[in-house]
Amino acid sequence: MHASLPDADTLIRQLADAIAPTLTPDTLIVGIHTGGAWVAERLHALLQSTTPLGTLDISFYRDDFSRIGLHPQVKPSNLPFDLENRDILLVDDVLHSGRTVRAAMNELFDYGRPASIRLAVLVDRNDHELPIRPDFAGLTITVPDNQNINLSRLDDGHLTLSLA
Amino acid sequence: MNPQLTEDGRLCHLLSIDGLPRAILTQILDTAESFMDVGEREVKKVPLLRGKSIFNLFFEPSTRTRTTFEIAAKRLSADVVNLNISTSSQTKGEAILDTVDNLAAMHADMFIVRHSQSGAAHFIARNVAPHISVINAGDGRHAHPTQGLLDMFTIRRFKGDFHNLTVAIVGDVLHSRVARSQIHALTTLGVPEVRVIGPKTLMPTGVEQMGVKVFHDMETGLRGCDVVIMLRLQNERMKGALLPSTQEYFKFFGLTPEKLAFAKPDAIVMHPGPMNRGVEIASEVADGPQSVILPQVTYGIAVRMAVMALLAGGTTT
Repeated sequence: MHASLPDADTLIRQLADAIAPTLTPDTLIVGIHTGGAWVAERLHALLQSTTPLGTLDISFYRDDFSRIGLHPQVKPSNLPFDLENRDILLVDDVLHSGRTVRAAMNELFDYGRPASIRLAVLVDRNDHELPIRPDFAGLTITVPDNQNINLSRLDDGHLTLSLA
Repeated sequence: MNPQLTEDGRLCHLLSIDGLPRAILTQILDTAESFMDVGEREVKKVPLLRGKSIFNLFFEPSTRTRTTFEIAAKRLSADVVNLNISTSSQTKGEAILDTVDNLAAMHADMFIVRHSQSGAAHFIARNVAPHISVINAGDGRHAHPTQGLLDMFTIRRFKGDFHNLTVAIVGDVLHSRVARSQIHALTTLGVPEVRVIGPKTLMPTGVEQMGVKVFHDMETGLRGCDVVIMLRLQNERMKGALLPSTQEYFKFFGLTPEKLAFAKPDAIVMHPGPMNRGVEIASEVADGPQSVILPQVTYGIAVRMAVMALLAGGTTT
């Protein structure tokens, strides 16, 4: 099934090209754990951003906590900057329902009041449950509800997309 | 059957560390680590327990433990009600389960229980509806699991891991529920050498069976230790003449800079509080560079947040 999805590294380069003209020098890039943080790390390098890279674990903000409980491996969020009045580029791997992005925005606002937040995703599944749309998407694709699109990282650091 | 675990091995009450597997202790410590930064942020709250009601049931007085549980619950966005029951209906003769049933009828989701009788939290846990969790905040001489966990969190933060450590627990082990919880936690987490140091009259018989080495003098007991945990001399629990005097106790077992010098130079000093300065610990040590007594208090909030979050969440797969 791998063959049906484009190469992740190619998509990330295209995403970086689309973002580059809009990026100001003090834009802060924040990736959502775990896949979004990998993509954010690549974008941060490709865009030669000089601001520190941020990562966000949204486990404490999920709307399904009372049903499924705490994720067993919660990682600390790491936002090594003051985001008051800053422009944020929020990065995730796959946008599906929009619930993760909602949770991420709620968390960001508990750190301060950003001037703006834009959303970049590697894959937009185009099947949203909330009024949340990406500003930048590497790929827009419609797949059946019972299928998952996963981003994984190989031992050599290479990122691959798979459909299962 | 451990009453603290569900059939699929998930934590549903926290009553004592005894009987909890290492994986659960590690999960609590790891989760606490994630909560550490919440206290540093602009908004010191996460929405995890929004809409949940947590009752602090304190049948025995406490300031620090009750306060840190309250702060932890509030940082998780829960609603917290504090009840100091010695001053309330218990004095009117209301049975403990009637109190609990009344609070459950007010839609309680969690009880945090401190009681002077060992087993009180277990008793409540056995008799509440399945959706209600109980946390033992100290019962008699039996257990004080969140104190034990925050001590483990403190050790891990300052020493990295547990596998090469020598840890000494000093003082009134006989009356100490904290010491019992610490010993269970240290041995479960793989600390190779756990020592207890104190006068014979304050050492429970058969304590060696818990996997500790017993010492009756500070010099040999502290030699080579990485962590020194001082216990509060339980004046209020001391019935009968177990000790000649507190001055005499300080002379032999009080932690002074001279006695601390027997431990490793980078040893840390811990105390669960409240301290009796000049009885079990000298002020020069309590306020000195090796003391991590105040960080323990701060870490207690993150550890209690972790326990509450793990208990209140749905069934983790």
